[in-house]
This record gives sequence, C-alpha cells and structure tokens, in this order.
Amino acid sequence: MSDAITLMDWAFLAAFVMVALAQVLCMIRLVIGPSVGDRILALDTMVVNALGLIVLLGIAQGTRIYFEVTLIIAMLGFVSTVALARFVLRGDIIE
Amino acid sequence: MTGELIGTYAIAACLLIGGAFALIGSIGLLRFDDSMTRLHAPTKVGTIGIGALLLASMLHSWVFAEGSLHELLIMAFLFVTAPISANFIAKVNIHRRACDTPPTPPRDDTWSTLNVPESDRDLPENS
Repeated sequence: MSDAITLMDWAFLAAFVMVALAQVLCMIRLVIGPSVGDRILALDTMVVNALGLIVLLGIAQGTRIYFEVTLIIAMLGFVSTVALARFVLRGDIIE
Repeated sequence: MTGELIGTYAIAACLLIGGAFALIGSIGLLRFDDSMTRLHAPTKVGTIGIGALLLASMLHSWVFAEGSLHELLIMAFLFVTAPISANFIAKVNIHRRACDTPPTPPRDDTWSTLNVPESDRDLPENS
C-alpha cells in the first residue's frame, strides 16, 4: 500500500508540473498569437488548464470546497469566450 | 485492502494521463502553424485532460473518503460547451480572414459573417 501511495504522490507532483507547463505554453501563444482568434483560443485553453490546477489542488488538500470554485470558473470561462468572440464578430455583445 | 490498492494505482494513472494530455494539447496549440489547425489541439485538453483529472478526483474521494459524483457536473458542462466555443472561434477566424476562406455555400453568394450590408460597402474599412 505504501508503494501505491508513493506512486500517487509522485503522480500528483508530475501532474502539477505538466499542467503548469501547459499554462505557460498557452501564455506564450496568447502573447505571440498572430490573429484575434488565436488569442481567444489561448484564453479558453488557459481557463481549462486553470480548472485542472484547481481540481489538482482540491485533491491534494482533500477538501470539497474547490468543487464550487471549479464549476463557477467553468461557467465564467465559457461565457467570456462567447462574449469575446461575439464582440469580434458583431462589434457588440448584446444587440 | 485490494480495492484500495487498485484505486490508488488508478488515481495515479488518471493523474498522469490528465496531465500529459493537458501538456500535449498546449504544445499543439503552440506548434501548429495555421489558425484553423490550432483549433484542433486544445480540444484534447478540454475532454481527456480535464476528464481524467476529474475522474482522479472522483476516485480519490471514493477511496479515501465517503465518495461523491459532483465532478460529473463539471465534466458534463465542459463537454457540452466545448463545441459551442470552438464554433464561435472558427467563425471569428473566417470573419477576420485568418484562414483560407472556405468555398461559398450552395444557393448563396457568401458566408453571412463576411457579408457586408449594402449601405456599408463604401466605407473605407470594408473595401
């Protein structure tokens, strides 16, 4: 059992590092992205990666508080992506 | 005891798969060379990446605590909204002409997002 716990702890560490690295790569695309669509896409991916980080934090600390945080950030991310895309498409968000 | 052991190994596997897919999707977002191609990679982050991490969270709560299925809500929400936002971003790419314009639809002149109204045709930014 202790072997499995050790493996899980290492997997936690690896997952944290990989998701944080993914966040940095999305940030690079957000900065260099040649068109507006790329920037919106990079922001959308950054929201999803942030969700992953929050879920990992919730598992690591063993609390259930982070569930609501994750759900609300997922909704906010979707709404902000649609609002940004709509602003570029129509020049207005709610017509 | 055996169930706990299998569960712990399953949590580790889910964490590694989720982290790896998040990283691979973001590498794809950085490395692909066309706006429409770039739409393809982050879908892996949104489905398998987040899905495996939430599955690890569910397994962790079943193995080490009383267990919960709340995470299915987040998963369902993300799976439902991912295609909608991808469609919007693709429309932005067509609108800004950041990609090769797709062939015009049958029985119509042009895509509606590229269609400039008659009264705005002589504005300098539309010519």
